[in-house]
Amino acid sequence: MSFATSLLCRECGNETELAPVNACDFCFGPMEVTYDYDALRGRVTRERIEGGPKSIWRYIDLLPVDGEFVIDLGVGFTPLVRADNLARRLGMRELWIKNDTHNPTWSFKDRVVAVASSRARQFEFDTLACASTGNLANSVAAHAARAGLRAVVFIPHDLEVGKIVGSAVYRPTIIAVNGSYDDVNRLCSELADNRWWAFVNINVRPYYAEGSRTLGFEVVEQLGWRAPAQCVVPMASGALFVKIHKGISELAQLGLIEETPVKMVGAQAAGCAPISTAWAAGTTNIRPVKPATIAKSLAIGNPADGFYALKTMEQSGGAGVTATDAEIVEAIGLLAECEGIFAETAGGVTIAGLRNALDQGLLDPERSTVAFITGGGLKTVEAVEEALAPPIAVDASVSSFEDAYAAAGAR
Amino acid sequence: MVTKRVRLTFEGAAVKEPVIYKMGQEFQVVTNIRMADVEHDFGWVILEVEGEAEETQRCLDWVESLGVRIDPLAGDIVEG
Repeated sequence: MSFATSLLCRECGNETELAPVNACDFCFGPMEVTYDYDALRGRVTRERIEGGPKSIWRYIDLLPVDGEFVIDLGVGFTPLVRADNLARRLGMRELWIKNDTHNPTWSFKDRVVAVASSRARQFEFDTLACASTGNLANSVAAHAARAGLRAVVFIPHDLEVGKIVGSAVYRPTIIAVNGSYDDVNRLCSELADNRWWAFVNINVRPYYAEGSRTLGFEVVEQLGWRAPAQCVVPMASGALFVKIHKGISELAQLGLIEETPVKMVGAQAAGCAPISTAWAAGTTNIRPVKPATIAKSLAIGNPADGFYALKTMEQSGGAGVTATDAEIVEAIGLLAECEGIFAETAGGVTIAGLRNALDQGLLDPERSTVAFITGGGLKTVEAVEEALAPPIAVDASVSSFEDAYAAAGAR
Repeated sequence: MVTKRVRLTFEGAAVKEPVIYKMGQEFQVVTNIRMADVEHDFGWVILEVEGEAEETQRCLDWVESLGVRIDPLAGDIVEG
């Protein structure tokens, strides 16, 4: 049995039973899952977790799903890599990369969708739905396929065909909506009210968001049950940023680790930075923007959790930073060259944001730092292909090879 | 009858306009403010709008024509 007890409004504290709703009936504020922490304290131990499967489901006691409903693609428990080469380049002492490119559909979205889809099954939905241009749709379609649920994916009509292959292969129903991104937002919002479908980031969003906490849990466990001093996280809606911090804090609350402050630094692409811009302006009022960045997976102009991300920065002594498109591309190359990890553009935002935060004195290079890489680079090859060196062309002879190889200065 | 829950974002001159008052005056809808934060040149309002479907949509289209941004409560739903 899950230890999730109810939904609590993050604004007014109104409490309701666990149901597929996102907004508080009283004030329309966002709802969040709450747990019986007293019962959890008696149940959850390091040993119990370590004895679990090598996936997010080792933390099932801390997730809002009953075991028999789990849809298991083997999500999570991705590598935490000590990044000494990159640390040297950036002048840091202890840098770790949480490499979430290892997930089944190659992004962290598998964590949130695993929890949302499992809970949807518990609510007896037979259809999973989402609106997405990439990672989210990939994961929803894959989880639905695994569980034998119907999947309906909404995309803007002008999305390139290449972007839907990673979803279409799982045979979902794909609806191309004739209109702008805003039109897709509105349509899905209305459909979520009108149909008994589990829209993973609308009516089951409270459960969906909980999946991101597993990144915080894993990092702490993989560091030997110790919280890092600093985290750098890419931000789109801001939910990932907030929930990683929440996950780490909960482990302290449950007595599994010492209470340690963790500085949370959020990174956004300069072309879509409503949260970091608000942080720099010293306001908690987020001004929506029209995204214009190569980091499409972070292109959320009106972030649902922006306010809470700003609160997390404030509470943790953190900050919001930005990275230009050029910096993002360069950072993707830097991470690949130093650590052998190929990240999508969101990972470029993380690494460029890390570097910019160091330059601005917002991070301490002497303290342990975890940078979160949330998606694999093969999803956004177009972002980096022009920045890469072309192959050395040779004839099929040893002499041609030797000449060209020497001329290119290759070692 | 339908009930729509929306987030209105006001910027610049629109902040000073009595937009929500006019919604109730010029259209057959009932408006109900549930949360809001308004500063000097920027503000947002979480609003419930109730009326016949066509009239409610006509009203929201009119609000948008004033340069006020209208979003679903859940923020941007299309994710990467």
